[in-house]
Order: sequence, then C-alpha cells, then structure tokens
Amino acid sequence: MSTFFIIAVIVLVFLIIFQIAKASEYVAVLKGEEKARKDNNKVNGFFMIAFLIAGLIAVYYCNDALYGKTLMVHESASTQGDEVDHMIWVTLILTGIVFLITQILLFWFAYKYQESPKRKAFYFPHNNKLEAIWTIVPTLVLTILIVIGLRNWFAFTGEAPKNAMEIEVIGKQFNWIFRYPGNDGVFGKKYYKMIDATNSLGMNWHDSASIHVTDDPAAHDDIILEQGTVYMVKNKPTKFIIGSRDVVHDVGLPWFRLKMDAVPGTPTTLWLTPKFTTKEMIEKTGNPNFAYEISCDQICGQGHYSMRGVIMVVTQPEFDEWMAKQKPAYYAAYPDKDPANMKPAVPVATDSSKATASVIQAPSKKLLRQSPSNKF
Amino acid sequence: MNEETVLHTGTELVIPHDAVHHDGHHEHHQSFITKYVFSQDHKMISKQFLITGMVWAVLGGLMSVLFRLQLGFPDTSFPILETLLGKWAKGGHIDPEAYYALVTMHGTIMIFFVLTAGLSGTFANFLIPLQVGARDMASPFLNMLSYWFFFSASIVMLSSLFVETGPFSGGWTAYPPLSALGSASPGSKEGMDLWLIAMALFVVSSLLGGLNYISTILNMRTKGMSMTRLPLTIWGLFFTAILGVLSFPVLLSGFILLIFDRNFGTSFYLSDIFINGVGALPNEGGNAILYQHLFWFLGHPEVYIVILPGMGIVSEIMSINSRKPIFGYTAMVASLFAIAILSFLVWAHHMFVTGMNPFLGSIFVLLTLLIAVPSSIKVFNWITTLWRGNIRFTPAMLFSIGFVSMFISGGLTGIWMGNSAIDIHIHDTYFIIAHFHLVMGVAAMFGMFAGVYHWFPKMYGRFMNNNLAYIHFWISMIGAYVIFWPMHYEGLAGMPRRYYDYSNWESFKQFAELNKVISFTAIVVFAAQILFLLNFFYSIWKGRKVTTLNPWSANTLEWTTPIHAGHGNWEGEIPEVYRGAYDYGKEGIDFIPQNVPLGADEKTH
Repeated sequence: MSTFFIIAVIVLVFLIIFQIAKASEYVAVLKGEEKARKDNNKVNGFFMIAFLIAGLIAVYYCNDALYGKTLMVHESASTQGDEVDHMIWVTLILTGIVFLITQILLFWFAYKYQESPKRKAFYFPHNNKLEAIWTIVPTLVLTILIVIGLRNWFAFTGEAPKNAMEIEVIGKQFNWIFRYPGNDGVFGKKYYKMIDATNSLGMNWHDSASIHVTDDPAAHDDIILEQGTVYMVKNKPTKFIIGSRDVVHDVGLPWFRLKMDAVPGTPTTLWLTPKFTTKEMIEKTGNPNFAYEISCDQICGQGHYSMRGVIMVVTQPEFDEWMAKQKPAYYAAYPDKDPANMKPAVPVATDSSKATASVIQAPSKKLLRQSPSNKF
Repeated sequence: MNEETVLHTGTELVIPHDAVHHDGHHEHHQSFITKYVFSQDHKMISKQFLITGMVWAVLGGLMSVLFRLQLGFPDTSFPILETLLGKWAKGGHIDPEAYYALVTMHGTIMIFFVLTAGLSGTFANFLIPLQVGARDMASPFLNMLSYWFFFSASIVMLSSLFVETGPFSGGWTAYPPLSALGSASPGSKEGMDLWLIAMALFVVSSLLGGLNYISTILNMRTKGMSMTRLPLTIWGLFFTAILGVLSFPVLLSGFILLIFDRNFGTSFYLSDIFINGVGALPNEGGNAILYQHLFWFLGHPEVYIVILPGMGIVSEIMSINSRKPIFGYTAMVASLFAIAILSFLVWAHHMFVTGMNPFLGSIFVLLTLLIAVPSSIKVFNWITTLWRGNIRFTPAMLFSIGFVSMFISGGLTGIWMGNSAIDIHIHDTYFIIAHFHLVMGVAAMFGMFAGVYHWFPKMYGRFMNNNLAYIHFWISMIGAYVIFWPMHYEGLAGMPRRYYDYSNWESFKQFAELNKVISFTAIVVFAAQILFLLNFFYSIWKGRKVTTLNPWSANTLEWTTPIHAGHGNWEGEIPEVYRGAYDYGKEGIDFIPQNVPLGADEKTH
C-alpha cells in the first residue's frame, strides 16, 4: 500500500513540475523571445555564481565532516606508505590550486559575461603566448610529479632487503591462506593439482607419479595458516609472495598504503616494513577493535566483499613465541607423522626429537634465508 | 564526381527507386518501414541510436539506483525489490550475486550502450553529414546495418538479464578466470555467453559506424570545407571513430580467446586453477594478465571514445552561446589529436598493481601524465572562450559549462591515479569511482545532454521546454557533485569498490551515514533524468515550433537546411563553404555562417 502511495506522490510531483514548466513557457512566449532569454540569463547567471560560492562552502564542510574518517589523519603504518602520503599531499596541493583557479574562473566568467545589450563579445580567436604558457606550465608541474612518483615507484617495486622475512599469501574464493617457510627457511614445492581437503595449497607432500610430483622434504615443515590471520614483525622488512588458487584477487593493505594483485599461475611480490604493532595502533587510533585488515580489492565473485584477512604486527619476541607454537601443516594432514603423536607409542623416534627441538630453537633465524620456489 | 552522385549510386544498389529523386527529398514515397525502421537516412538512424540509448540509460541508471539502495540502506528491506527482481531479492534484500550483476551490467550498459553507441552513434550520424555538407553518409546501407547490429546486441544483452543463472556479474572489465569459469561464479555461465555475443555484435556495429564516419569526413565534405574549416564537433567525432576502428578489433580478439577458453578447452588465460567444489582444472600455462592487456588496449581509448564527442559538442556550443570564436581552434584540434594518440599508449595504467614489470609501469606513468597537458589546454581554452563573451544560458550552454566543471574535477584526480606510486594505494577504491564518474561518466552525459538540447530543434523542428531543462540541469549538476565528491574521501580511507556490504570491516564502516546521503541523492538525480525524458518525448510532438532556420544564430551548415529536412538534407545545391565555423563577433558582426563568402576587405585569421 505504501509503495503505491509513494508512487502516486512521485507522479504527482512530476505532473506539477511539468505543468508549471509548461505554463511558464507560455508566459515566456507571450513576453517575447528576447525578454524571456534575458530573464533566463539573469536567473542562470546568478545560479552560476551562487553555485560556485555555495559549492566551495560545501567543499569546506564536506572536508570538515569526512576528513577525520580517512586514512589521512592516521600516519601510515609502513615506511613505504609514508612516501605515498607525502606524494598525496604534494599532488593534492598542486591539483587543488589548479582546481580552485579553473573552477572559479569558469563560473565567475559565466556570471560576469552573461549576455548584456551594452557589451559586444570580444573577438579573440587565439593568442600564441597564452597557449604557450598553459602548455609549458602544466608540463613543468607534471614533470615534478613524475619525478617524485617514479622515484617512489622504483623504491616500492625494487628488490626487498636481504634480511626480509618472507610470507606467501594465497587468495582463494573467499579467504586468504598464508604460508611461512618453516624451520628450513625454504618454501617447499607445491603443485595445484595436489590440492585437496587437507592440503589447501597443494604441497608436494607425497609422490604422485600420474602428475609427475615427487615428495619434497622442504614442504614438510612449512607453516600454513588458514584462519585468515598472519603475523608480521615490527620494523622488519617483510616480502609477500602473492598468488591465487582460483581467480584474480588483490591483497589490499590500506593501513600500509599498498596493494598487489593475486594472479593464478603468475606469482607477484610486494614488500613493506611495518612501523607499528597492532597494539600500538589500537592506542593510536583509539579503536579497541582496530585490525590491520587485508581487503580483497579485485572483484572475485559473490563473496568478494567478505574476503577479509588480518595482519597482526607484533614485536620480535612476541613473534618468536607465537611461531614456536605453530605446527607444520604436514603434521595436521598426516597426524601419524607428527612426532608429538609418535612419542608415547614408538620409542625409536630419533628424527622426531630433532624436529621438536628445532621447532623450539629460535626459528626466526632460519626464516631469513631467501629461497622462493613456487612450483616444482 | 560530386557528393550527390556518390550518394545516389550508393543508395541505388539497395533501394533503386531512391535514385529517381535528385533533390534528395522523397519522404512521401517511403513506407513506414523504410522511413522509421530500416531507414537509411542518417538523421533517422541517429534518432534510433538516441532513443535506444535512452532506453538503455534508464535501465542502466535504474540499476545504479537499485544497488545504491543496498549500499545506502543495507539493513532495510524494500519489498519493491522483490517485486522487481524476484528470487534475486528475497525478502526485499538484493542478494550478493544480484548486486554484482547489477554493478556489472550498469558499467557495461553505461559505457558501451549509452556513452558509446548512444552518444557517438547519435551525434556522429546526425552531425557529420549535416556539418560537413553531405547528403548522407558514405554508405547509408552500412550505416543502417550499424544501427541494427547495435539493436541486436541490445536484444542479446537484454535477454541475458533473464537467464536462470543471471546476467554476467564479474565487473564490466570481465577479467578471467572469473569471467571464464562458470563454476567460479553463476554469472559466468549462460549470462557471460550472452554478454560476449552481445559485445561481439556491438563491436561489429561500432566498426561499421566508425568506418562510415571516417570515410564521410574524409571524402564527402562540401566544396570549400577544408579539414581546417571543420567544426570541432566533427574533429571530435573523427578522432572518436579512428580510436574505435583501431581499438575495438583488439577487444574482439581478446573476447575470442576468452570464448575459446570458456568453450573449447584452451588455456590462453587460465593456469593453475583449483575451484572449490570442482577441483583442479587441467589448464596450465595461460596468463590471466594477457586478457587485461588486450582489454585495456580498447578500454583506455574507450574512455576517450566516450569523452571526445562531448568535447567537440561542448566546444561548438560554448562558442555559439558566448558569441565568440572558440579560443585557439588549432590548439583544440591539436590537443584532440594528442589525446587520441596518447590514448593508445597508456592502457597499462589500469594495471599498475598486476605485478607487471615496474619499468614498463614507469613508462606508462610518464605517458599517462602527459595526457594532462592537452587536457589542460582544452580546459583553459574553454574558459578563455567564455572570457569577455556575451553568454546566453541556453540549456545546452549550461550543460556545456557543467561539462567543463566536471571534466576539471574528475580530470585532476587522474593526475593522482596516473602516478603509480599513488595508485598502489588508491587503486580499486572509491577514489577511482569518483574519478571516472566525474570525468567520463557525468561529463560525457552532460556533453550528450548539451547536444540533445542544442540540436533538438534540428532533429524534430521543435524546442524542448527550457524551464524543465533548467531544473534538469541544476539538479543533475548539484546532485552529481553530492554523489561523487565525497567518494574521494571514501577512497582515501582505502574503501574498496564493488563491495556489497561494509559493515563487517573495521576500516571502512565509518561511512554508513554518507552512503545513505549518496544513495538518496542518486534517487533524486535519477528522477531528474526522468524529467528530461518526459520533456524530450513531450516536445517531439507538443514542443514549441521552430519558426526560423537558425534559432541559435549559429554558423555551421546544418542550420542552412530546411526546418524539416528530408533525406538528402538540402533541397537545392549543397551550400559552398568559405570560412571556418567560428566567425562570431568578427569585426562587429554577431555571426557569419560558413556559407557566406568572404567580404572584399575581410581579414582571415
């Protein structure tokens, strides 16, 4: 019922506007074309200048209301992001000046030079000097922006430092899977045809002659996180090796001001240095629920909007403590191979004690070693 | 061989009886079918494009209203949604799949069916023969085919809305593997097949039209109409057609590979894929990014295909209504040319974060930011055209000024996004939505409205209602800024685009109130567009009649034709041209049409 009511009201409003417009057109015809044009000019000329002034005031209030909700009020949480923020400010100031000048001139001229019988239009077909000025000035300004931009771009996309921690990030419909190389510091080989219910990344955990896969011991100690939370260390450069299991996703890191696509079959990389731990950010933002969220920024299907990951940035000791508790995914898939399960049953477990020991030993040192290998 | 004989030999092949009439004015012999349906008159074809485009604009606009309801009021139930969408909106809530389908179809429809076919189809068809002084297009028959291919593309696209698995829902860019695999998304099943067929037909339509526009402009200009005397509308449409002809085939090739991947088991774009519930796919060795290169090789010129006709239209209208020559005609043409060239060299700026070679990325940064130079020349020249003019605020003029304002606001943020080191932060956030809607969405729509208001008297021999037009303009102008300006802030919060719901996101949920305001404004602005349509159709039959040949006191040739011009446009000889299109206010004379010979002591500029 209310729907019909609303529709009726809308139709009525339309009819009224329409009738008024029609009636005023008749009036205009009676007044004569010249007079009607003059009236229209006056009204619209006034609206032009009113729009400019009201618009600029509205821009101010809009900024007042929304600025605090953007990331501009929060210092970037990565060193790379500081450069992005800096560039945004430089670009904002330069484009802002051009915006104000051009919009003000546009509407002010429109208002000022509305038709008047007292004035004749100034015949001004071209002026080479003026045109040269507004070709050269923008070119110079853009050159500055390009130079700053490319310097940062090469810094962001250049090689990660040698001591960077490496984490693999794999997108799938509709969540994120993370992998650490484990004690040996080497990412074990994987192959997508190995993926099954217990092997979410397709690690080469056993021989499979039909698809030419051989068991890779380096894959046995890899830590795989499927719960959507990944741990990083404050002030430690971290390199993400990004991939996808199905369609194109994108690792969006708004708090770090970075993002990178996750493409099936073609690994990409992104490295950054986090500046603040999650705890520090909770204090800085005053939001007890604060989390470094990973948003999927490339449409990936109907669950796209819910593809959320979380980065926990912690200190090195906290990280070591956390890492020590992690169990290689291999043992979850093959509980019988887990030394923890074997201990009471089998007395001759020489290599199992070694494995347990090495988990307890500071594993982070071994994580430093670089060795990205994705497929066999 | 003059234009007349060319035209008539052309038509003779198809409808022999046309050739009998040498004055090109023979409507009284035409049946309803040949006059209104399978017409070969460029003016009728342009109206067909325009009205089909309007139907699409209403559909595409309505879709945006529907998904804005979801974004603005995620917790409210709208029973009307269930009435409209049925199983896609159970309980009055759009479900995510339908939301993504709406977003995707909104983009596809608006960019291709409204702002490409609807805009350049309308004005290229209408203005090229009339303004260059030709009786019709180089090939009226191909021109007719161009419309009917567009029409069949429309039918196929429309039918995709009704298939059981829904229309395509993977974004208008249709990136594989999502678009290639029905198992990854219901929209990528039959809906995507129809989407691809429709787009292939669309490309054919666009090529037939484009080749025709180019050959007409190059070969069929009337005596004296040198290229440098062409109105800027024609230059805009000329470059548009060239862009289309060179880039649409590349898109089609990308689509063909996609069709192969979808249906014939190839692996152009597919590699290493495991789909939940299906398992590992056999495809290996393909590259999903290849599609993006092929797509954006059209996709970027496409945004200029959308905006260049608007630039031409706005230049023309601004000059006429300022009663001044367009400032820097040569610079305007040169900047159009520069934009057209550069538009082919910047496609990968859509792909900075795909992991492509950073060095390659840096080249694209350089070329992308270069486009700002010709763009700023255009803006400054438009503003200088207003300076010391004698401005008449016709509805067309208002929309032209609105166009420039939108183009500035949206264009400047292009400098942000074109710089890859900023793009890496705001790519695929609301910032880009704000950017492209202002610079090519709203601006191009404004260019289209300006054109419709300005040439309506020539199309139908009547005027549209001015007061409705003014209401339409001011609501659209204010509304467009209210909708898109605040989106920059959402983008600067990193808020991703194409999200169905933000309430679970700690980083993005602070904009709930703002989203309500935006959605409400979108509905109001949509209603204002309905007002425009009412005005349009009412005025076709009941508008104030045009009584003079040249109601806007303009210089171009279309205003030398009869008020109701028949097929062939001019009753007698085609007028000869002696001057450029912008002799307004020259030596104290208000305007001197192009067909007026130079005075004895008149200076040429």
